[in-house]
Amino acid sequence: MTTATPGSDSATSDDAYLVVEDLSVSFPTEDGMVTAVSDLSYRVELGKTLGIVGESGSGKSVSSMAVLGLHDAKSSQITGSIRVGGTEVIGLSENRMRKLRGNSVAMIFQDALAALHPFYKVGDQLSEAYLVHHGDSSKRDARRKSIEMLDRVGIPQPDRRVDDFPHQFSGGMRQRAMIAMGLINDPKLLIADEPTTALDVTVQAQILDLLQDLQREFNSAVIMITHDLGVIAEMADDVLVMYAGRGVEYGSCKELLTHPEMPYTWGLLSSVADVTSDTSARLIPIPGNPPSLLSPPSGCAFHPRCVHRQKVPGDLCATTMPPLSPGKRGDAHLKRCHLPDPDAIYQTEVLPEIAPDLVERT
Amino acid sequence: MFAYVVKRLLSGVVVIALVSLSVFLLFFKGPSSPAQPICDRDTGNRCTPARLEIFERNLGFDNPWYTEYGTFVKGIFVGREIQFGNATIYECPAPCLGYSYRTKVPVFEELKERIPASFSVAIGGAALYLLLGIPIGVAAARRRGTVTDKALVSSFLVISSVPYYLFALLMWLFLTVQWEIPLISDTGYFPFTENPAKWFSGMALAWIALGIFGCTTYTRYSRGSMVETLSEDYIRTAKAKGLPPRTVVYKHALRSALVPVITIFGIEFGTLLAGTIFTERIFNIDGIGYWSLQAVTAKDLPVVAAVAIFSATVLIIANILVDIVYSVLDPRVRLS
Repeated sequence: MTTATPGSDSATSDDAYLVVEDLSVSFPTEDGMVTAVSDLSYRVELGKTLGIVGESGSGKSVSSMAVLGLHDAKSSQITGSIRVGGTEVIGLSENRMRKLRGNSVAMIFQDALAALHPFYKVGDQLSEAYLVHHGDSSKRDARRKSIEMLDRVGIPQPDRRVDDFPHQFSGGMRQRAMIAMGLINDPKLLIADEPTTALDVTVQAQILDLLQDLQREFNSAVIMITHDLGVIAEMADDVLVMYAGRGVEYGSCKELLTHPEMPYTWGLLSSVADVTSDTSARLIPIPGNPPSLLSPPSGCAFHPRCVHRQKVPGDLCATTMPPLSPGKRGDAHLKRCHLPDPDAIYQTEVLPEIAPDLVERT
Repeated sequence: MFAYVVKRLLSGVVVIALVSLSVFLLFFKGPSSPAQPICDRDTGNRCTPARLEIFERNLGFDNPWYTEYGTFVKGIFVGREIQFGNATIYECPAPCLGYSYRTKVPVFEELKERIPASFSVAIGGAALYLLLGIPIGVAAARRRGTVTDKALVSSFLVISSVPYYLFALLMWLFLTVQWEIPLISDTGYFPFTENPAKWFSGMALAWIALGIFGCTTYTRYSRGSMVETLSEDYIRTAKAKGLPPRTVVYKHALRSALVPVITIFGIEFGTLLAGTIFTERIFNIDGIGYWSLQAVTAKDLPVVAAVAIFSATVLIIANILVDIVYSVLDPRVRLS
């Protein structure tokens, strides 16, 4: 491993619970091969949170679905390595994979109304998740456990609400129930796929607090998939920025948010609205659209949308894919960019545009 | 739930009343006298205007339509007396749907005799619809895009593009005339209570014809519905919980996928119960369908009217049952 161990300084390859290396996921379609994720590597330790950020279609969800082995083997090609608690998941038999799913690795989906079965009671859906991994438990135990979990995630009167159907819950309660279902088997790794997207802002904050509390309590590794940098700032220890199926920047949360080195990350930061910021700060969208994964741009996938590409000599950006490698800020901060000194550009050109007050103070 | 059923039953009664009224008016207010067929029949085609008048008066067709409809409805509940062209008075006990012009027997008696035959055809055929259609549809949906799926879908398309009467006729011709398969070649209705084995063998061909032809529709519906359901978010959740594929498909997906299939099935089953003209005629089963066909040919108006009202009633009951099953399957329907 020459690319070192980015993220937490103390990380060594042994104590990470989830290790993803060179993961590629492609789907053959009638128009050709769509490579949704390529050469993706990351790791998450117990008790830590990795935030994965990116636009729609950047491969965030596809890569985490691969961790659970949820892609249909017939319609997808997966290469690389995913190790969950030391077990190689790629190529694992469906039977053994099923023992992991919902047990040591659980997933919380966005839009809990669609993700919970409309015809079954909330409690029954929780019990089912418990019973499938606790074959020797009785239905009564499972029900007790479901009520306990609903109580734990803050559902009022859990012993009564356990018999409600999902449509009788409010949006926030449904997401809480979803979280309860994810945590019912004390998973070591929890993947939260945009858990707050469909919720209003006050409920979002409650759900994030809840997730943080539960993580401390269960000491699980968490992957937080989101396109909301506010969520990342609040929750994540490490951050992985994805673009067009690849990791484009990877480092600790604080480092990455204060010294981003990839123009795409700058773009994400520039397009965040902030109620407390100076009104003279501008909201700058990233020009263009995410690229088609059927025929990704040559060289750096971001170059057609990058406003800084002329700062790179020659047309390196259009011809050569930059490696994900450490920049000037140390081995723990990886970026996929040809710019020789991106931090300098960020501090002098980007930061004054998006946060003038920050620049004046320093 | 109880209030819901009561509400549905009440609205069903209103619909049946409206259907019976329209059927009644259709014959009563038509351009030719409703007594004409019976007059022709009873006088050996020497129906003079004077004789017709006697028939009309005896049958009450000279009264205003609402009075006569009242008599008709009253007859259903308490019975009535019916007089044709001569002095004979026929006693028609409740539920009275009139006397057959042809046989001079209460229509309800004849209907009652034919219900078991039609219901036998309908229940066996409908059972095959579901027993063949749903499993094949589910299997095709799970193998979507594969050769198996395409072979199933296209071969069923071939069957369903042949008109049903032709399909049933060819089947009868091949299996009974060409191959003379014993037992099942002797088609017809034999009461179940007298000889279950004979009942079964007499019905078998009708069931196979109905079942194979009808199940193509259900295969298509359940395949489509299943494909759609399998891509739902809650199916992904079920997989992510670590449930075995069997549970995911049959407990989580099938229940949702069945809802639209049940809706169509309920209505079609109702239609079957009300009699199947082609099936009963081709396989020589003396049920309501065959009977109504004979009644139409013989201009036996009371029988035709009774079949119309009976069919409507059966369909409405089937619809109510569908709605109840629907609300059992989908808890979201229960509240509304």
